[in-house]
Amino acid sequence: MTVSVTVVDYGSGNLLSVCRALRHCGADVAAVETASAIDTADRLVVPGVGAMADSMRRLRERGLIEPIRRYAASNRPLLGICVGMQVMFDASEEFGEHAGLGVIPGRVRRLPKVGVDGRARKIPHIGWNTLARARGVNDWSGTILAGLSGQASAYFLHSYAVEPDDETVRLADCDYEGTRICAAVRRGQLYGCQFHPEKSGEVGLAILRNFLAL
Amino acid sequence: MASGGGDTRSGRATEALANLRLIARLDIKGPNLIKSVQLEGVRKVGDPQTFARRYYAEGADEILYMDAVASLYNRDTLTDLVRRTAEEVFVPITVGGGLRSADDVQVMLRAGADKVAINSAATLSPDLITEVAERFGSQCMVLQIDAKATRPGQWEALRDGGREHTGLDAVEWARRGEALGAGEILLTSVDREGTRRGFDVALIRAVGSVVGIPVIASGGMGTLEHLCAAVGDGGADAVAMAHVLHYGTLGIPDIRHATRARGLPVRAL
Repeated sequence: MTVSVTVVDYGSGNLLSVCRALRHCGADVAAVETASAIDTADRLVVPGVGAMADSMRRLRERGLIEPIRRYAASNRPLLGICVGMQVMFDASEEFGEHAGLGVIPGRVRRLPKVGVDGRARKIPHIGWNTLARARGVNDWSGTILAGLSGQASAYFLHSYAVEPDDETVRLADCDYEGTRICAAVRRGQLYGCQFHPEKSGEVGLAILRNFLAL
Repeated sequence: MASGGGDTRSGRATEALANLRLIARLDIKGPNLIKSVQLEGVRKVGDPQTFARRYYAEGADEILYMDAVASLYNRDTLTDLVRRTAEEVFVPITVGGGLRSADDVQVMLRAGADKVAINSAATLSPDLITEVAERFGSQCMVLQIDAKATRPGQWEALRDGGREHTGLDAVEWARRGEALGAGEILLTSVDREGTRRGFDVALIRAVGSVVGIPVIASGGMGTLEHLCAAVGDGGADAVAMAHVLHYGTLGIPDIRHATRARGLPVRAL
């Protein structure tokens, strides 16, 4: 049976790529921009690129803040991608202080230009990085990262990263030249990934298929 | 090598480097993939989408389409190619060549490009870099610099496929490009492009030393040693390869394997 998935269309640059990748994975994809379509979704994806404040503004203009909050509270599967993950958190320091949706406690902070070792880091963090199980996570089975090897790499493109208040929501981390970055989070059926599964080759497609199988 | 376990990285943090990106560069003329020599003479190689699909399957980290003609006349052919490629290639796609405005950029992003590379229009109107970065994010604004040596340790940025002078010092232009909002530098050595004699390592190092954004080395790759020099000596964050891939001199799996064997980190497939 074809799985249907609803993608929130709020003007995000990677909307088409996300839809294409989900279709490639066999899903019946609907890109929507109305509250009612989100309310009735079985499976929701919030894409995102660019700045969080800008994304929140566009969600607000379309009246989608409360519908996404309601959806997140309903414990149906939700996947936020990159900035679509960042908006799930309380606030971001990008271009001043900006409130997020607040469905996962924590903040979005700029990646440090200089690591703990004192060496400079290139920002944005662009490229492929290995996904490692976050501290305390022994097993990815049953999650969107199920079945991935310990070497699996995904494509990252960001200057800000989430810092969850509750460490147990961290599902995967990656190491950017010595800086630990939160690569994926999980809270019940609510998932977020900082990387772009729609641009992470076969690994990314496997992650999307896992999401469709939740 | 990181394992999936908890305490994976301790002890190597100070020597951990980001993965080098291996980018397949496809120069396009109308419906054809071409290979140019020092941005002048061209040879037809084949159907670009077929090559892009193969490079994706072989593990290219990114695909770069560069429109060599860059005329508005051919624009629909290019956008159509990008659209078709994005339906079956699930790694980042960068498109460059003749993009003149933020609206041109939007057309390419809507077709399926993740980033755009801009050269000529930015040299004529540097504010375009800021406009694109503000509208679509720095992450998709790649400043393309076609640099030609003028004397040892000095390079001029050329525009219009290397045909026109800009009077801009390539290194200073890169620094300014970052300040204006560029998220990456695509740095092509006009002198080395198509020669297979190796990258201009001094150029890569000179630009890398003044910017804090990633530098993609392009032009001149003929052997694995060239790649290692661009990264090890030049400090490149990514390498764009054309000739060695299109003519099968080196395959992406071999490059990935050999690169790792030489101690340079690349993603595991």
